[in-house]
Amino acid sequence: MAYEGDLNLKATELRLGLPGSDEPKKQASAPSIRSNKRASPEIAEESRTRSNSSASIAENGDRGIDEPPAKAQVVGWPPIRSYRKNCFQTKQNDAEGEGACMYVKVRVDGAPYLRKIDLKVYKSYPELLKALENMFKLTIGEYSEREGYNGSNYSPTYEDKEGDWMLVGDVPWEMFICSCKRLRIMKGSETKGLSCL
Amino acid sequence: MVISKKPRSQNHYPNPNFMREDRTEMSEDDDRSSPSDSVNTIDSCSNKTTSGSTSGSGPSSIPEYQAPYPDQVLENVLENVLCFLTSRRDRNAASLVCRSWYRVEALTRSDLFIGNCYAVSPRRATSRFTRIRSVTLKGKPRFADFNLMPPNWGAHFAPWVSAMAKAYPWLEKVHLKRMTVTDEDLAVLAESFFGFKELVLVCCDGFGTNGLAVVASRCRQLRVLDLIESEVSDDEVDWISFFPESATCLESLIFDCVDCPINFDALERLVARSLSLKKLRLNRYVSIGQLHRLMVRAPQLTHLGTGSFRPSEDVAQGEQEPDYTSAFAASKSLVCLSGFRDIIPDYLTAIYPVCASLTSLNLSYANINAEQLKPIIGNCHKLQIFWVLDSICDEGLQAVAATCKELRELRVFPIDAREDSEGPVSEVGLQAISEGCRKLQSILYFCQRMTNAAVIAMSKNCPDLVVFRLCIMGRHRPDHVTGEPMDEGFGAIVMNCKKLTRLAVSGLLTDRAFNYFGRYGKTVRTLSVAFAGDSDMALKYVLEGCPRLQKLEIRDSPFGDAALLSGRHHYYNMRFLWMSSCKLTSGGCQQIAQELPHLVVEVFNHEFDEDMGNFVNTLYMYRSLEGPRDDAPKFVSIL
Repeated sequence: MAYEGDLNLKATELRLGLPGSDEPKKQASAPSIRSNKRASPEIAEESRTRSNSSASIAENGDRGIDEPPAKAQVVGWPPIRSYRKNCFQTKQNDAEGEGACMYVKVRVDGAPYLRKIDLKVYKSYPELLKALENMFKLTIGEYSEREGYNGSNYSPTYEDKEGDWMLVGDVPWEMFICSCKRLRIMKGSETKGLSCL
Repeated sequence: MVISKKPRSQNHYPNPNFMREDRTEMSEDDDRSSPSDSVNTIDSCSNKTTSGSTSGSGPSSIPEYQAPYPDQVLENVLENVLCFLTSRRDRNAASLVCRSWYRVEALTRSDLFIGNCYAVSPRRATSRFTRIRSVTLKGKPRFADFNLMPPNWGAHFAPWVSAMAKAYPWLEKVHLKRMTVTDEDLAVLAESFFGFKELVLVCCDGFGTNGLAVVASRCRQLRVLDLIESEVSDDEVDWISFFPESATCLESLIFDCVDCPINFDALERLVARSLSLKKLRLNRYVSIGQLHRLMVRAPQLTHLGTGSFRPSEDVAQGEQEPDYTSAFAASKSLVCLSGFRDIIPDYLTAIYPVCASLTSLNLSYANINAEQLKPIIGNCHKLQIFWVLDSICDEGLQAVAATCKELRELRVFPIDAREDSEGPVSEVGLQAISEGCRKLQSILYFCQRMTNAAVIAMSKNCPDLVVFRLCIMGRHRPDHVTGEPMDEGFGAIVMNCKKLTRLAVSGLLTDRAFNYFGRYGKTVRTLSVAFAGDSDMALKYVLEGCPRLQKLEIRDSPFGDAALLSGRHHYYNMRFLWMSSCKLTSGGCQQIAQELPHLVVEVFNHEFDEDMGNFVNTLYMYRSLEGPRDDAPKFVSIL
C-alpha cells in the first residue's frame, strides 16, 4: 500500500498496532525499494519462483497490522485500480469472517472536519470511547442505561443501518459493530435533552 | 524555441500540441496523431504582420479578426479553409507550412489537446492559441493508478485554470485525465467561464462534493458533467440540490464513481426537469427501486448506469416491487448499460428487453456466473463493447463468442485480483473469443493461465486488433501447457496484427519477445512491460525498432543504463518513458538528462534510498518545452 489516497489522515490516523509497526505506510513503501535492490540482480533466478517475500508487501485491503498476509503481494500488481479491488475484497472478507477493517466517519459537533476510525481495532465500548476522547480531546463521561452519558457535555451516537441515530452503548458490542455506519458525538443542549427522556 | 535542422527521420523538435477527436469514453488513450516528422523553424513569438490577430476585444467575446491589409486577404482565405480542419494531426501539419499558416492555424484551432500537462506551460499554450473553446489535458502517467507514484506528485489543474480564465473566458469544455483538481479550481472554473458546457474528469482526484456543488450551481449552461473513475471526497454536501431549480440543459450526468450518498428526491426532480438528459450513470447508493423511478421519468435515456441494482435495505421481503422489466422495455433508446454495482443476480433478467439493442454492456462490477449471464448475452447480438468479471468463467466467454459477432472491445476483469487466486478464465476463453468475435479491435484480459497457442490463434483470427492487453496475473508464468515462455504468442500478435497500436505484455518473456516487438511492432505507440525480459537487449530492440513508440511504461524488468541510453535518438519523439524497479542508476539517468536538454528527467527518491545504493527506483521522463517544473515535491529529483 505504497501510495494511497488518504493524504491528510495518514499522519494522524488512529491505529492500534504492535510496537514498532506504527508507521505502516512507510513500511509499505520501503520494501518496494528493497525489491529493486534485491530483485534486479536476481531476476533471472527468481523467474520461476513466485513467492518473493523479500520483494513483496501487504496489498491493499491488508492493513499490515493484524497479521502477515497469507501470500505476499507486490505493489500495484496485478494492475487493477484500487476501487475495483476494494469492491470485491470487502465482500470476500465478509465471507471469510475476518474483516480487514471497518472505517466509519466520526463527526463531533463543532469540529471543523470529520475523522475516520477503524472500529475493528477496538474490542469494547470503553476502548472505543477512550480512543474518541483522545482523538478529539474531550471527555465523554459515564454511560448509564437510564440516563445516557453523565458527567460531560458530549454524547456519542451512531447511525445504524436503518438510518436511525442511536446512543452508543445500548446494544452488545458485536451488534453495534455490525450495525454502526457512522458516529456522531453530540454536544451540549441536545444531549441534555436525551438524558431527560 | 529551439530551431534545429535535421533530416526528417530524426525529429528532435517536440511538438506536443495535439488535437484529439472527441470520444465519450476517455479510458482508452487513443490519440491518433503522431509527432510531426518535419522540422519546425517557426518562432512563435514573431508576428511581424499587422494583422491584429492576437488582439482581443473585451474579455467577454471572441477576438475579431480585423485587418484591412492586402496580405490579409490571403490569410482570410486561409482562415476560412483551415476552419474545416478538425484533426489535430492535420492541424499540426498545416501549422508547419510557413509562418502565415502557423498563425492562421493558431487562430482557427478551437480544440486544444495537451497529452502531458508538463510538456508545455499554460502561458505558452494560451499565447499561441487564442480562440480555444475546448481543452483536453492529461497529467499523471498511467502507472499512477496502481499506487506506483507517490501522492502529491503534481499534475495540478490550478495553473491551467487560472491561465485559461484570463485567456479563454468563452471556454466551453474541459476534459481532464489524471489531473489533480481542487475544489478551488472548480470554483475558478465555474466563475470564469460564463458559457461553460462540458466538464469531464477521468481518473482525477483532489476535489470533493463541495466542488461539484459549485459547478452545479454556477454553470448554468452545463450540458455534461462526467465523473469517471475519479476519487471524489465526501464533503457531506448535497451537491445534486445545487443544480438550478429551473429546467436544465443537462445531457449527460455521470457520477458512478462519487462514492457517497446522494439526495435521491433532489435527483429525481433534477431528472424530471432535464429534458435533454441522455446519459445518466448512478452511484451505488441508488437502489433498484429508486432506479425504477428515474427510468420512468427518463425513458429517453441512451446511456444508463444502474447504480447498485439491488433493493434498499428497508424494503421488506415479499413486499410488492415495481416491474423493472417493463421499465427497461419502455426505455427504447437504451444502447449502453453499466452499473450493477452491488447486484443481486436475480434482478439481472430485468434488462432482457433492451439486450437486442445494446451496443455497450458493462457488467464488470457484477459477480455473476455463466448460467446467469447466458440468458442475457444470448440476446446481445449488436453488442460491440463488453466489460465483465471473470466470474463468468470460460463458459461465459464461450457464450459471448457464440452471440456477439459484432464485438469490438472486450475487457475481462478479475474478481480476485491477487497473484495466487484461482483464475476462472484461461486460454479456453481467449480462444473462444478469437473464434467467435472476428471483428475484435481491443481486448483487456486478466487470467492466471494462458498458452501461446491461444494468443497466436487470436493474432490470426482477429486481424483488426488495435489494442492487445493480456495480464497473466502470476508473475513470470510460462505457457501452462508447454512450459515455454510466452514469447511466441506475443510475437504473433505484433506480427499478424498490422493495426496494433497498444500492447501490454505479461507472463514469462525473454529477450526474444522484445526482438519480435522491435522487428514487427512498427505501428505500436503504447507499450506496457512488467516483470519481463532478460537483459538490456530487450529494451534496445524496442527502442531501436519501434519508430512510432510514444509511451513506454516498464516496471520490475532487468533493464539498465545501457538500454536507457540506446534510446536517445527517439526520446524526443515520445510523450514519456516510465521505468520503475529496473536496473537504472543515477549515473545513467544523469547522462541522458545531460544529452537531451529538452527532456525532463524525474527520479523519485525515498527516505530509504541509502539502502538502495546506486539504483534508481523510478524514472519518469518526458519531453518538454519548459524545462524542469517548479511544483515538484521533495521526493522528486529533476536531473
